[in-house]
Amino acid sequence: MLEIKDLRASIEDKEILKGINLTVKPGEVHAIMGPNGSGKSTLSSVLTGHPAFTVTGGSVSFYGKDLLALSPEDRAHEGLFLSFQYPVEIPGVSMVNFMRTALNEKRKYFGQEPLSAADFLKLMREKRSIVQLDNKLASRAVNEGFSGGEKKRNEIFQMAMLEPRLSILDETDSGLDIDALRIVASGVNTLKSKDNATIVITHYQRLLDYIKPDFVHVLYKGRIVMSAGPELALELEEKGYDWIKEQVDAQQ
Amino acid sequence: MNALKQYIDLFDQNSSLIEEQSPALLNTLRRVAREHLQDAQLPRKGSEDYEATDLEAVFAHDYGVNVNRLPFEADPANTFHCDVPNMSTCMYYNSNDTFHSSATAERNIGQVVVEPFSMAAVDYPEVMSDHYGKLANLSDPTVALNTLLLQDGLFIYVPDGVVAERPIQLVNIFNAALDMMVQRRLLIIVGKNAAIKLLACDHTQSPDYHYLNNQVVEIVAMQGSTVDFYDMEESTPLTSRVSSIYVEQHEGSNVLIDGITLVNGFTRNNYHVEVNGEHAETQLLGMTIASGNQHVDSHTFISHNAPHCHSNEMFKYVLNDNAVGAFAGKILVKPNCPRVEAYQGNRNLCGAPTAKMYTKPQLEIYTDDVMCSHGSAVGQLDEEALFYMRTRGIGIDEARRLLMQAFVADVIDGVRLDALKDRLHYLVEKRFAGTLSNCAGCLQACRKS
Repeated sequence: MLEIKDLRASIEDKEILKGINLTVKPGEVHAIMGPNGSGKSTLSSVLTGHPAFTVTGGSVSFYGKDLLALSPEDRAHEGLFLSFQYPVEIPGVSMVNFMRTALNEKRKYFGQEPLSAADFLKLMREKRSIVQLDNKLASRAVNEGFSGGEKKRNEIFQMAMLEPRLSILDETDSGLDIDALRIVASGVNTLKSKDNATIVITHYQRLLDYIKPDFVHVLYKGRIVMSAGPELALELEEKGYDWIKEQVDAQQ
Repeated sequence: MNALKQYIDLFDQNSSLIEEQSPALLNTLRRVAREHLQDAQLPRKGSEDYEATDLEAVFAHDYGVNVNRLPFEADPANTFHCDVPNMSTCMYYNSNDTFHSSATAERNIGQVVVEPFSMAAVDYPEVMSDHYGKLANLSDPTVALNTLLLQDGLFIYVPDGVVAERPIQLVNIFNAALDMMVQRRLLIIVGKNAAIKLLACDHTQSPDYHYLNNQVVEIVAMQGSTVDFYDMEESTPLTSRVSSIYVEQHEGSNVLIDGITLVNGFTRNNYHVEVNGEHAETQLLGMTIASGNQHVDSHTFISHNAPHCHSNEMFKYVLNDNAVGAFAGKILVKPNCPRVEAYQGNRNLCGAPTAKMYTKPQLEIYTDDVMCSHGSAVGQLDEEALFYMRTRGIGIDEARRLLMQAFVADVIDGVRLDALKDRLHYLVEKRFAGTLSNCAGCLQACRKS
């Protein structure tokens, strides 16, 4: 579904991604790990089309479409979803209004009629239960005054509503206590199917105990320097990143 | 060149005609206004309190004045559909400069007096003469001009202890087939422990003519009274408005003034509040949504002349395209007024780099033991919030609209009339979507913004 080839990107003339190659197929879970500043969050920003980053080379194909040519909203319509590391607070925009607009814009993109109010609220109820968010959520402003755990659960709730084909979870475990982590992870696992895929960006092995990856990649200095099975995550947890850094730095 | 001259000359040539058709009460003050205008000049852009606004240029246009009191359309309710309907209000119409009541006016019969000055001068001569022109300041040339040319106005009187059951709605319409200036005037007297909610909306039916509404409103809130005055403008790019609202508050009164501009050409709104009695509360709210070449300037002055009073002021602007907004707010706390709480806020969103906002907060405090603050900010749409929404599939235009609507939501929520609050949320949504009823013939092209 996703094919990233030699992707390069920079921000304010500083190159952050220096040739990323990654292929993701339906049903797979990929974990991307790496030390701070290696470009993990930049990768998710570039894939979703954040305007602050400039793509300087390479290509990304998503179900055969040139992803980089699409606007952020069209990428979402095509089935790409990002769970933000720091979900944005939007005072004055209620969750219900936000979600209804998002859903109906997607339906418009595919030439469908807007959802009726009743069907929409039913869907909200159903999806909310996946991450145990209470019903006050609908009237609250998007992420405003939400606790760290609520914000992350809210991200997974939105993912459930939008039913993406590829979800990128950017440090979804950061700021979560164990209980919230379990709820979030079980939500992600509930939504998993043979037709969709997940990229999990994380620092720690901890999240991968709950969301089992098929592949683990190490991102360092803007490149994927190592790819292996889930056992690599365990090895990293034990030994840290230094041995990889040394290997890579020695080669250069 | 002095733009006032054409109107003063017109008065001098027609003074006897004007005076014959007006209640005597108006004529007494008219002579005083004439003296004030003898050497008066309208403020030019850059003069004090007019940093962004050129009144001379606004009045320089050759407007017609209805000196002969020619009647306009008999019943505007037949042809005009107001954007704020079905609120169970008592509806009154003001077609250009002529008042009409409607069938709904009977709803408040026996409670509230709403009638033109020509009738009120006969029915309530003492109330009229006690209050007409007492608050309005004739050294402001626009107020003097209003007083000079005024032939009729609307008198709203809520006697002591009367709580008006229904809101009063006054629909002001421009529909004359010529360029025209009108003097609109309201005198609102709310008695002791009385209460009333008023909604005035300014509309323009004919988008092809230049109109100027030179308006003066005087509101007296007696001891323990409650007054809500919502003043909404939804006109056209060729419509100008200069409005001065004067308020006097007595002990324990509670007054809310809310100025809303959805569509206009040029607008200057002056608010002058004298808080004279203890334990009075004042809410002064403003919301402006401007695009194209709209110009909206609000000038506020709240004078705390008594202790233990509370005022809260919040003005919000959303400006797009080449729109210009201005806000100047002054709060004065006089000596010996302890325990006054006065807050002022002005928040502005510039959605385009070509939009301009001028803002000037001012506090003058001559008493210790008060709590006062002011805050003023001009910003752009939150880029991160926009991106967040786009990653959820909300297109950039829709995302901008949602954020702009959210920005003004709390000012709308300050409205103390539920039906109007809901209606305003709806109208603002339509305004940002460019689908207000008068948008079809409008030149603003706000669809882009």
